[in-house]
Amino acid sequence: MTDVPHVPVGRRILANRLFLAVCVFCTGLAVCVLAVLIVSIVMDGVHRLSPDFIANFASRKPQEAGIRAPLVGSIWVCAICALTALPIGVGTAIYLEEFAKRGKFTEFIRINISNLSGVPSVVYGIIGLTAFSRFFGWRAGAAPIALGNPDSMLYLQLPFGSGVLAGGLTLALVVLPIVIVASQEAIRAVPNSLRQGSLALGSTRWQMVSQITLPASLPMIMTGAILAMSRAIGEAAPILVLGAPLLVLETPTNLMSDFTVLPMQVFNWMKRSKASFQEIAAAAIIVQLAVLMSFNAFAILVRQRLQTPLQ
Amino acid sequence: MTMMSSMQTNPASATAAPPGDAGPISIRAAAFDGFYGAFQALKGISLDIPRNQVTAFIGPSGCGKSTFLRWMNRMNDTIPGARASGTLTLDGEDILARSLDVVDLRRRVGMVFQRPNPFPKSIFDNVAFGPRLHWRHSRADLEDLVEQSLRSAALWNEVKDRLHASALGLSGGQQQRLCIARAIAGGPEVLLMDEPCSALDPKSTASVEELIRQLRTAYTIVIVTHNMQQASRVSDRTAFFFEGSLIESGPTETLFTNPKSKQTEDYVTGRFG
Repeated sequence: MTDVPHVPVGRRILANRLFLAVCVFCTGLAVCVLAVLIVSIVMDGVHRLSPDFIANFASRKPQEAGIRAPLVGSIWVCAICALTALPIGVGTAIYLEEFAKRGKFTEFIRINISNLSGVPSVVYGIIGLTAFSRFFGWRAGAAPIALGNPDSMLYLQLPFGSGVLAGGLTLALVVLPIVIVASQEAIRAVPNSLRQGSLALGSTRWQMVSQITLPASLPMIMTGAILAMSRAIGEAAPILVLGAPLLVLETPTNLMSDFTVLPMQVFNWMKRSKASFQEIAAAAIIVQLAVLMSFNAFAILVRQRLQTPLQ
Repeated sequence: MTMMSSMQTNPASATAAPPGDAGPISIRAAAFDGFYGAFQALKGISLDIPRNQVTAFIGPSGCGKSTFLRWMNRMNDTIPGARASGTLTLDGEDILARSLDVVDLRRRVGMVFQRPNPFPKSIFDNVAFGPRLHWRHSRADLEDLVEQSLRSAALWNEVKDRLHASALGLSGGQQQRLCIARAIAGGPEVLLMDEPCSALDPKSTASVEELIRQLRTAYTIVIVTHNMQQASRVSDRTAFFFEGSLIESGPTETLFTNPKSKQTEDYVTGRFG
């Protein structure tokens, strides 16, 4: 063994330091980009923030314009998106990980779901327009079938048209692959020994999932849900394709109401040449970031509440 | 039915057979074959496991002893391609029958694994897990049951002041005793133990072995072990497996001091394996 040359210690330490430096640089770069973005937006827009900016509807005059309609619209659409995408996504992940037999077909489905998360969101917009807004051309040209009173909170029409329901469902399509893949990874991270322990005590598969696997993977699933909702609230393209109106002067009252969302409003204002529109666009971005952060804070709070019994 | 009453009426606890004598049979295997896909892991096993005794399975790694154990509560159902033929009965009831309720079988045949696998829940919830799956106990009954099970597993005094703390905060040996408490809380007749001490230090091993000797009066115990001293310390009867076959079985004393087969003798004296 004495004949085998040593790797020089100095070189190993140097390599170690070099790698550390590269890692720190990469992290620093990411933080810098984020900092530049936030600082420039805050500098542009923070003086435009006021209670009126939140409470007012859009206007041709930038000093009177507000984001009431897109703010409330975003909340409606994201709520619908969360209420549909999260249960469906987590359910799919549970099925694929805990119940489906391993085979070529499930493997095929798995790969395709992963691929779907790379599809541009505008494509989902087209699917949403076809499937949810128009029901694949059913009753094209005819008036939609109304269910209930258009003034009631429970009003529905078939097809859905370009209301908040169609918007939320379309965004659900966009984020579904993210939710499924993140939930699958979370469920896979639960050690098999816990599943065996549960089954050996005479639990059914559903008892195992509901009492062991799901509680153990919920924190990671919530992390995936946060990512998914962050994506949903920032999407403009699919909503644009759905044909949401440019100027909305009322907040949604039911699932069929016309709506717009914050990224759409930002997009519309950014297009204007006047500098003051750029400023209110920046202010709208600040509000959007705040909404996103409160979503995340809520999710983290729920996550911590779920974990407390174990501390 | 509560677990308390089932423990009190357990007929065998009153008539524990003396060690060495086979006594009434709990699990019986006859011409039992086990397969993983095309691979035959168990070849023509015929073995009686007497009630209220400790039966140890010994043999080199890969000899099929754990596989055999996992057929007794059908845990092998979770492995794709695993199948078995021949006879395997619990109190005369066919374990392999398609119509058998696996959930009920696993309540009657508890299992303790090689590595302690407490759930990421409180100590109380770990022990109450099995009973809650099968019965709707009142809170007071459940508390009694948890205490009873923890006492049986010789863990009560160590954890009684922190029943609602996480089970993951216990030491390895405590965790394994918790898993034993969890397994007996459902009121099983049989306890299967798959190398329950292999991940434990000598002191914890001693306490778990002591526990196994105590539990014998209430349960039929089958233990897989790599440690021949352990087999001779804790078991009444021993079965020696080699390459998927049962070479020899009998009272532990006889098997270790006066084995019939040359292979058994070589193995127990440490000449191979």
